[in-house]
Amino acid sequence: MRVALFLTCVNDTLYPDTGRAVVKLLTRLGVEVDFPMAQTCCGQAHYNTGYRHEAEPLARHFAGVFGGYEAIVTPSGSCGAMVRELYPRMGERARAEGRGKSLAATLAPVVPKTYELTEFLVDVLGVTDVGAYYPHTVTYHPTCHGLRGLGLGDRPRRLLEAVRGLELVELPGAQECCGFGGTFALKNPDVSAAMGADKVRNAESTGAGVLCAADNSCLMHIGGTMARLRSGMRPVHIAEILASTEEEPLA
Amino acid sequence: MSGTYLGMPAFPAAARAAVRNPTLRGNLRHATHTIRAKRARAVAEVEDWAELREAGKRIKDHTLRHLDTYLERLEESVTAAGGVVHWAADAEEANRIVTSLVRATGETEVVKVKSMATQEIGLNEALEAAGVRAYETDLAELIVQLGDDRPSHILVPAIHRNRGEIRDLFRAEMAAWGRPAPEDLTDGPAELAEAARLHLREKFLRAKVGISGANFMVAETGTLVVVESEGNGRMCLTLPETLISVVGIEKVVPAWRDLEVFLQTLPRSSTAERMNPYTSMWTGTTDGDGPSTFHLVLLDNGRTDTLADEVGRQALRCIRCSACLNVCPVYERAGGHAYGSVYPGPIGAILSPQLRGTGSEIDASLPYASSLCGACYEVCPVAIDIPEVLVHLRERVVQGGPVTRAGNKVVLRPAKGHAAERAAMRAARWAFGRPGALRTGQRLASRTRRFHPRTLPGPGRAWSETRELPPVPPEPFRDWWQRTHGGEAGGK
Repeated sequence: MRVALFLTCVNDTLYPDTGRAVVKLLTRLGVEVDFPMAQTCCGQAHYNTGYRHEAEPLARHFAGVFGGYEAIVTPSGSCGAMVRELYPRMGERARAEGRGKSLAATLAPVVPKTYELTEFLVDVLGVTDVGAYYPHTVTYHPTCHGLRGLGLGDRPRRLLEAVRGLELVELPGAQECCGFGGTFALKNPDVSAAMGADKVRNAESTGAGVLCAADNSCLMHIGGTMARLRSGMRPVHIAEILASTEEEPLA
Repeated sequence: MSGTYLGMPAFPAAARAAVRNPTLRGNLRHATHTIRAKRARAVAEVEDWAELREAGKRIKDHTLRHLDTYLERLEESVTAAGGVVHWAADAEEANRIVTSLVRATGETEVVKVKSMATQEIGLNEALEAAGVRAYETDLAELIVQLGDDRPSHILVPAIHRNRGEIRDLFRAEMAAWGRPAPEDLTDGPAELAEAARLHLREKFLRAKVGISGANFMVAETGTLVVVESEGNGRMCLTLPETLISVVGIEKVVPAWRDLEVFLQTLPRSSTAERMNPYTSMWTGTTDGDGPSTFHLVLLDNGRTDTLADEVGRQALRCIRCSACLNVCPVYERAGGHAYGSVYPGPIGAILSPQLRGTGSEIDASLPYASSLCGACYEVCPVAIDIPEVLVHLRERVVQGGPVTRAGNKVVLRPAKGHAAERAAMRAARWAFGRPGALRTGQRLASRTRRFHPRTLPGPGRAWSETRELPPVPPEPFRDWWQRTHGGEAGGK
């Protein structure tokens, strides 16, 4: 099977390790991965901040880059939800505003083919044990758009539970937002920071050394808070844990 | 009551004080987490919750689509049952109608059931200006009134107060409003409740005029419904000679049968009870039983303007259960006052800027008072997609566009204060439209990584004040990909 990796602009720029981990993991599972070099950004930050007209060309660009692939895999619940949940809505709005059917028709093909990484592993490849090894105590934070937008359910947890050496511990208040929320973190810094600090305190109470999530934007906020609070915990993207093996452990 | 919301600062500034008040945060955290867990249990008991939620949504949507028809039917039914119906386009008109109705009775005191609509229009202040004293009889509203305070929660208006504060208020203020609190009053819940009960009983027995809102109005029968937990509502609805109900026009439901849905979803969503303790229903007047005069004031106050908005109109489905407040992580930290409205929390963030328009600083900031986590949508018993409306209203704030105000179509200009953001969004869109430009930017960031500041200027400063920035990696992913996979099909 051949898939396109939609890495997201944040991962591409700031978290290339996550991208390398996805490539390593999928290749190990026999999937041929392509990275279309023309990819940029799904437009979520624009859309969610109120700039729908700036987001529309980016969505068009996305559909142009990825339209020809059988499946599109992304290591981000948030950007995955943008494509699956909000692209159809953008299309409908454009149609309702009398701007023709073209945007809806352009976006429609990529919507059902876009999968968040854990969804792709469990639903499409049908695996929960990906042969990973990660000898650490880990707590899992289900990010909002993965949890409520895409309905990832217990897929990430099932994948983590099958990792050899990994001890998964429950995160209190797991379903509460960490306070990132894209531009929310800039527009409402005090509330955002308070939410982040509470998330970190809950994570610390588990005794785990690692907080894992399926979205680097949320991990950037949580990890930045951990660093500032001098917490001993580390934020790690789930792809990097799943890519880790005994032969090639995650550093 | 000092209940004016005019000149409120924008949400982020108003929330700052709450975030930095550990007592308030502790109170809110405890209260919201307790009710959140109870609600989840109460909802889980009902096997057909998803169907009830869908039914509630459909009934409300259907009613809103034919609102004119159902309101006329309601007027006919209420009139036929001996009531008098008044129509109020805005707060001022509603206050004028109620004030003149009270004056006509010759009374200078009224008792009130807790009512969001009368809070929304500032009725108590209008009555006071006309020489009429309004006594709130809901325990939490009484606390708010005695404290010259504002409500901070839809269901628990005094959620921001603790028992010690309430005892002090009762001791200091009750005497000025009627029966004083006992000298040796402690902060025990039973003692506080008993002091309030004795204080209020005198009001119930003396009052000739009662003022209420309503949770529902049944068009078919002309019946109004109030659900409550303390019994004060039932006293106010049955003892006075004259009853005046002020109700938002969106509270109408077509038929008696529709109550079946809402009387299940409302109590479980709001107080986590299977059934609320008191459900009072009245239809016009009956000789020798209850008030002999009944007035219904139907309040618009921005509702038909909201109805004109295809995306935003779903906010009018709200049955004021407050489940969204109790689950909202932003409300939990910011408290209700920061929303600058009688409607706080996620529902307030979409309702207030629609009812009042986005002209003021606070109303323009409310659509951003959310991380779009979606918890509010998940718990809403009438499935209001609050995140969808928030994004829609953000678009209205930054891009302007057509809206309906006071029945007229107007085109809003983009709000001020977003110029830098708009420029940044356009620049980002330009770069993201050109992979080459993006790549140049990434490389530049990587090559200058040793010189990146630890703290950011401008809008990024708020980030770096409380969080460490991630270091920029030496090589963006796409460069690594081209270096290692460049010869393959994808490396075009």
